[in-house]
Amino acid sequence: MTPSEFRPFADMTPDDYAAVGFKSGLEIHQQLLTERKLFCRCPAGRYSDHYHAEILRHMRPTLSELGEYDGTALMEFKTKKEIVYRINRDTVCTYEMDDTPPFMIDEQALDIALGVALLYRCAMVDELHIARKQYLDGSIPTGFQRTTIVGVDGSVPYKDRSIHIIQLGLEEDACREVSDTGHQRVYLTDRLGMPLIETVTAPDMRTPSEVADVAQLLRRIVRSTGRVRTGIGAAREDVNVSVTGGTRIEIKGVPRIPLIPLLTYNEAMRQWNLLRLRDELHRRGITPESFQSRTENVTRLLKKTRFTPVRNAIASGMIVNAVRLHGFHGLLRWTTQTDTFFSREISDRVRVIACLTTLPNIAHSDSPSETLSSSEWQAVKKALGASEDDTVILVWGLDTDAAMGAGEIIIRAKEATIGVPSETRQALRDGTNGFERILPGPDRMYPDTDLPPKRITADRLERIRTTLPSPVWERERWYRELQLPPDVIQPLASSVFAGLFEQAVTEWKIDSTLAAVALIQWRKDLRRSGLDVSVLNADTMGMLLHAGHGQPGVRDGLRQAMRNVASTGSTNAIALPPPASDEEIGQAVSEARKQLAGLTVRKPEKSAEIRMGLAMKPLRGRASGARVAELVGFRKEGAA
Amino acid sequence: MTASDAYKGYRGAALDTLKNFQAQVWNDVEITTSHGKYTGIILPRSETADPLHIVIKLRSGYNVGIAAASIEGITTTGRKEAHYKIPEKEFPFDPRKPRVKLFGTGGTIASRLDYRTGAVIPAFSPGELYGSVPELADICNLETEKLYGVFSENMGPEQWRGTAEAIGREVQKGVQGIVIGHGTDTMHHTAAILSFMVQNSPVPIVMVGSQRSSDRPSSDAALNLMHSVKAAAESDIAEVMVCMFGPTSDMYGLLHRGTRVRKMHSSYRSTFRTIGDIPLAMVSRETITPLRQDYRHRRSDKDVVVNTAFEEKVAIVYYYPNMRPDIIDSLIDNGYRGIVIAGTGLGHVNKPLYPALKRAKEKNIAVYMTVQTLWGYVQMYVYDTGRDMMELGVVPTANMLPEVAYMKLGWALGQTSDPAEVNRIMLTPVNGEITDREPSNGYLIFQGGIPEVEEFISRYRK
Repeated sequence: MTPSEFRPFADMTPDDYAAVGFKSGLEIHQQLLTERKLFCRCPAGRYSDHYHAEILRHMRPTLSELGEYDGTALMEFKTKKEIVYRINRDTVCTYEMDDTPPFMIDEQALDIALGVALLYRCAMVDELHIARKQYLDGSIPTGFQRTTIVGVDGSVPYKDRSIHIIQLGLEEDACREVSDTGHQRVYLTDRLGMPLIETVTAPDMRTPSEVADVAQLLRRIVRSTGRVRTGIGAAREDVNVSVTGGTRIEIKGVPRIPLIPLLTYNEAMRQWNLLRLRDELHRRGITPESFQSRTENVTRLLKKTRFTPVRNAIASGMIVNAVRLHGFHGLLRWTTQTDTFFSREISDRVRVIACLTTLPNIAHSDSPSETLSSSEWQAVKKALGASEDDTVILVWGLDTDAAMGAGEIIIRAKEATIGVPSETRQALRDGTNGFERILPGPDRMYPDTDLPPKRITADRLERIRTTLPSPVWERERWYRELQLPPDVIQPLASSVFAGLFEQAVTEWKIDSTLAAVALIQWRKDLRRSGLDVSVLNADTMGMLLHAGHGQPGVRDGLRQAMRNVASTGSTNAIALPPPASDEEIGQAVSEARKQLAGLTVRKPEKSAEIRMGLAMKPLRGRASGARVAELVGFRKEGAA
Repeated sequence: MTASDAYKGYRGAALDTLKNFQAQVWNDVEITTSHGKYTGIILPRSETADPLHIVIKLRSGYNVGIAAASIEGITTTGRKEAHYKIPEKEFPFDPRKPRVKLFGTGGTIASRLDYRTGAVIPAFSPGELYGSVPELADICNLETEKLYGVFSENMGPEQWRGTAEAIGREVQKGVQGIVIGHGTDTMHHTAAILSFMVQNSPVPIVMVGSQRSSDRPSSDAALNLMHSVKAAAESDIAEVMVCMFGPTSDMYGLLHRGTRVRKMHSSYRSTFRTIGDIPLAMVSRETITPLRQDYRHRRSDKDVVVNTAFEEKVAIVYYYPNMRPDIIDSLIDNGYRGIVIAGTGLGHVNKPLYPALKRAKEKNIAVYMTVQTLWGYVQMYVYDTGRDMMELGVVPTANMLPEVAYMKLGWALGQTSDPAEVNRIMLTPVNGEITDREPSNGYLIFQGGIPEVEEFISRYRK
């Protein structure tokens, strides 16, 4: 890669990523399939936008256990948000409202989490300590998430190496955000308190596609337990990315794994470009020490502007601050991500921290688009004493917001002289990312004084161990040995049917490909055809496979029986048709001959095949194709 | 560091393991166990926790406990001791702002972690308060004095007297308002006794606490403190009051009269309610809105009357069906001088208690009747049983709350042992503990589920 450009996404090679020092780790959140929430007795997994009441809260930063304030906490406090929670009384109790202390941890959730930690081969924690992880964005009404580590230092095999699992946590889920405008943020509370596990990997992935791969692998592992939730929002990924010289950046809320490669690419590009921006600033002699800025209220100068956002702002009583960044000329147009410039970094900070959420929220003198007239820019620059080497940024809002906005512009510009600021960033649809908050550190952790430590006994771990599936990577290896169709190998390995498959193949001696295809492919086909396949659970499928054991023509019969069960929603339809007697087969064959005799066959060489098709019609699911073929004298081309 | 600090809270196998591997609290360590490796800082252990585990703080900030028995080695690589300190800043002085005195008795207005018990302990100084609630400086010039550091359940006559006397001193010094930080469990008891011990105050006396400790981001402590300091500095109501959340939302506080307030929920923020009447006022960060006019107004004199008499041999008996007379007898035999009964309904107890009540009368023990329904008046004429009890010397106390009657009886018996005089004191209201009438909106417990109530709840943030 040339030192002056970052290659387009499609052209990047593993060597290119190695050259920039790409490193990435994952934090995967997965909801657990439990009956209740983690720290109260509300039902789990019931979502509705409908609500009966609202409550309003504010968040204040508090000291960490080691006596320090967390940076994110202070940032969120600066925003002075009013947080509104929507309460549905059927899914939320006074615990989630933070008006009742926690109940003891849900044992079902704890068992599942311990099981996953065992699958990751973690060092298990002997005594759980519930911690409070502060979130001052309001996404949890207490201002913290109750969370605990159940295992550390695990690993999963990937390619020819291992991915290190730093820790597995068990924690309560947060609210769903409804809106965030100005100084008010609104949340729905139904998801709040749902048990989820958080898997944290080391930054062991070296390319964006490896990150997606490992995300899929981890998902398959947790799904293999059959005790996690699936569907929209049940699993969410955060991705950590850094490049050489950059900083660990956390991209939050990646909704789908296939989006990971482009997101991580763009973040690597952003960091690489910010480091080049820093070099350019240093070349211009601008360092953290020599950095200069100046702010003036220029409302008076712009009263008659035709630039709509500023004109409207002034008309509604807002003020306009202008910030001069000494020596920054042209740098707000510095590319950071694909089609994204440094000005966005500044605009994001102003939007999030100063709560100036109506865009555009800044205008700057590097911009090629029309904003102020040139004479207005001249007047503003004059007021600030700005020269041609400088950049001037306007920000508008109510008194304190406009002041906060100017302050944030200066903070972010100064950070550019240092490099890549530690931030949590939000995944955006176009594959880029935007500022969400300052990256929180260990200072936001605090012991939960409401709950005592909980001992995890060896007996409990032993009991859980006996219920665990074999690891997906071992299953997948066995499936490959069985020569199963490639497209069913991964889904089957992480499926709830993996155990049934093993039983069907090893105990009942059912053809492995047939069992795998029935459990994965046919079930999926039926679902896609619009049928409710929930009735085709492990019990039902077990009965079907077992009933079909050793029966001729089982392939078609099994498929038909699955369809019957799914379409009637009842396992009464489970019985496979009785096998056809030789007599019946003979009758069907002669019937087929008769029918064929009454038809005009254009291609006589196909007669046997047509006869075969006619004879199979009444016998489908009841006789093996081979036996019928023998009687009708049909041998399929290429068949042995 | 003393030897006990070096192993703070550890005992038994865990202590032996630490000593064995020469590891101490706050050491940065790598611990090898039979089932894996852990890296972090050894934390002190709660004294109530078991002797089997060592707690470390992992690099990620999480704490985990490791079974001492499984530990094969501990390597110390460094040391990081926590210095938990609320950032202290000097409280600014503004000559145009009123002077408010904040007394601390305990509670969770400001608090920090206690490693001994794993619970939170209060921290308190003007500098610390300014460091955590700087908004207070916009309201007043705050002075603080820590009177006690006790949980509210440990407040007793000694603390009540001391607090009353401290209030008297401050009024003499000319403060414009007094705030008392107090644990919430018995805040209404203290509010009642201060209403009797401190009378004719020219300035507001505001009690405040928090239902969520201030080590939580969503704590109600800061807002309660702002509301109470505002009420003390600016309100026209010169009474003993409790200032706590009106709704559970961060919206406004209520000023409750000290003799009519009660904690009504074990954990809700809006736990304090005025019983059988309406609160004095609403208070937000911006304004104080009186809800009634018949309060004692602020004055510029210093004519406060402090009377800290208190007889400790007083009991409150919560009547239940099948109560045996031995409960009353044991109080008599133990030298109690006064008994407040919280009776059923209009103020009743069962017949088997009568002989014991008669004995109490003969022993000159003052017995007063209140209602465990909390709302409503004692009325002992409606049924014969009530009349029988009055014959036995049981005195109805109208609509005085049981806890308030308890406090008042202790205060009355502290002043005199003359039954007639005790009676006069008990039945002459000092400040609303007995009211002539119950307004129709003095009893409002909305019942959830009813359509119109649900509609109200959906429209107003509660």
